[in-house]
Amino acid sequence: MSKTLFDKVWDSHVVQHIENGPDVLFIDRHLVHEVTSPVAFLGLKNRGIKVLYPERTFATADHNTPTINQHLPVKDELSANQLKALEENSKAHNIPYWGLGHEKNGIVHVIGPENGITVPGATIVCGDSHTSTHGAFGAIAFGIGTSEVEMVLSTQCIMQPKPKSMRININGELSPAVTPKDVALFIISKLTTSGATGYFVEYSGEVFRNMSMEGRMTVCNLSIEMGARGGMIAPDEKTFDYIKGREFAPKGAAWDKAMTYWETLYSDSDATFDKELTFDASEIEPMITYGTNPGMGMGIQNEIPMAEQVEGGSATYRKSLAYMEFNEGEAMIGKPIDFVFLGSCTNGRIEDFRAFASIVKGRKKADNVTAWLVPGSHKVEEAIKREGILDILNEAGFELREPGCSACLAMNDDKIPAGKYAVSTSNRNFEGRQGPGARTLLASPLVAAAAAVTGKVTDPRELLELQEA
Amino acid sequence: MAYDKFNILTSSAVPLPIENVDTDQIIPARFLKATERKGFGDNLFRDWRYNSDNTPKEHFVLNNPIYSGKILVGGKNFGSGSSREHAAWAVYDYGFRCVVSSFFADIFRNNCLNIGVLPVQVSPEFLDKIFKAIEGNPDTELEVNLPEQTITLLETGEQESFAINEYKKGNLKNGFDDIDYLLNIKSNIEEFAQNTPL
Repeated sequence: MSKTLFDKVWDSHVVQHIENGPDVLFIDRHLVHEVTSPVAFLGLKNRGIKVLYPERTFATADHNTPTINQHLPVKDELSANQLKALEENSKAHNIPYWGLGHEKNGIVHVIGPENGITVPGATIVCGDSHTSTHGAFGAIAFGIGTSEVEMVLSTQCIMQPKPKSMRININGELSPAVTPKDVALFIISKLTTSGATGYFVEYSGEVFRNMSMEGRMTVCNLSIEMGARGGMIAPDEKTFDYIKGREFAPKGAAWDKAMTYWETLYSDSDATFDKELTFDASEIEPMITYGTNPGMGMGIQNEIPMAEQVEGGSATYRKSLAYMEFNEGEAMIGKPIDFVFLGSCTNGRIEDFRAFASIVKGRKKADNVTAWLVPGSHKVEEAIKREGILDILNEAGFELREPGCSACLAMNDDKIPAGKYAVSTSNRNFEGRQGPGARTLLASPLVAAAAAVTGKVTDPRELLELQEA
Repeated sequence: MAYDKFNILTSSAVPLPIENVDTDQIIPARFLKATERKGFGDNLFRDWRYNSDNTPKEHFVLNNPIYSGKILVGGKNFGSGSSREHAAWAVYDYGFRCVVSSFFADIFRNNCLNIGVLPVQVSPEFLDKIFKAIEGNPDTELEVNLPEQTITLLETGEQESFAINEYKKGNLKNGFDDIDYLLNIKSNIEEFAQNTPL
């Protein structure tokens, strides 16, 4: 029988199928961070059991951490407590823990691929919805709740019904300055924030084939923002080249065995999907969001849609624009901004910093802008320094912070103040997501850079043209 | 973690007719710093419920004494965004046992089912009827019958059935959780693990 890529990976991990119920799904890799794990570890303690497979479990601190002075004790007592709990739990259960200052520390979805933990055909979970990132390698990867974290710690399984399948095809060639982030924001704007709920998505077509591994991670990362449990891309030579030689990747005979499996990981030509959508790359422009969910995005040159043009409730739509203090029909270009955030599991990798630097090189940060540039990991930070990007950033008036989730979620010290506008390369523009009352405009690293040097929403193509001239 | 068994719930309901209520609204990230599961109800809908000086926002429904009950009724696509189970904990800890909407985000729905909060998905038309009924009479009662899988507006008798898989239904009725089930098949899992390629 013909199968999709998703079917192949899911079906090979089903330990037991329950009639009129969920599948018991075996989990190959479990990533753990400080926020969604303590109550799960407490559950194990109360039951008097240990983590079943610590060697399949990896822990890091990222959400609740400062991004300056990480060598000093964490000031916030509750945050310090949570970090200590993860360190102690990891120790008690023999789980590798990469805490603050550790060379492998960073955002959980950045360090998984970086260290070869993320591999094709694996099932990967974490108590974080952006676990979908790892689907870029042809893995089934998705976010789970704390009860499920406890299940995986104690039995290496979760219980979920198999989701429906969706394929999104995009062929053709992307225009200049259109990045993977724009591709994802474009798809979400078409599907809305709930358009893929109940589905697991496969991205297919030239655009994704031609994308770098980091670009694929950005796209898969944002799958959850259209409601999908996760998204995945069939592995290819680019995938295998990326993984080979990384610390936790299979080696020698184990690599050969894995390759035998990995080479079977594609959707059969006659496989069918519950839903299939096709777009053309030429439709996609640099994107920006104007509202309070990631589906409220548009080409940067467009005008904010009128409430009656929008599907669904106009009351919710108007509430959202009121929060942003934007009006229907307005252009986004030229709107003044206060903050720029480059980072997060969506756009905190070296290619994102290269893109940002390509625009700010030889320019200066606008005086009205506070910019937080936060690498996704220490390895990303090292690359920024090694490649001379830090010098470019410093010359343009920017500073680099230390790795972490930072201003993506307003949990640590990096919060956007109430009423301020932030152009952010992160993943969510929900009310208060970056701080109570903060207003978020989601965009690519190029759009963020253009905003950072002009102090307002600017089409990055204008600046790239100037550079070429 | 053990929770109260769910059978038939008859209660008035609290209306929140807003779409795409995300889990950052249900509980903002800055309140996720605990290492134990307690007190999350205090911060349910924190930034919609309280001003920055911690005084209540009078117009928010949870601050309006005419609305109460164990059922929360929300607009389409309830619980989108972050996977934080803290959102479901906050709903439960505040005193809700059931959330009604015309559409739920996946992870939130799973999280609710795992901690004993019943997500009831109704048609957009029935959701509208519920909102109108509560608007007409804030004390109007809903009956959520898990064994029969029905939800009824008691004033008019209008009823709709809802879907839930048999396994999860059994868990909720008996107060069981998935970990008990998984621990019982641990030897199968260990055998399976020996034959995985990765």
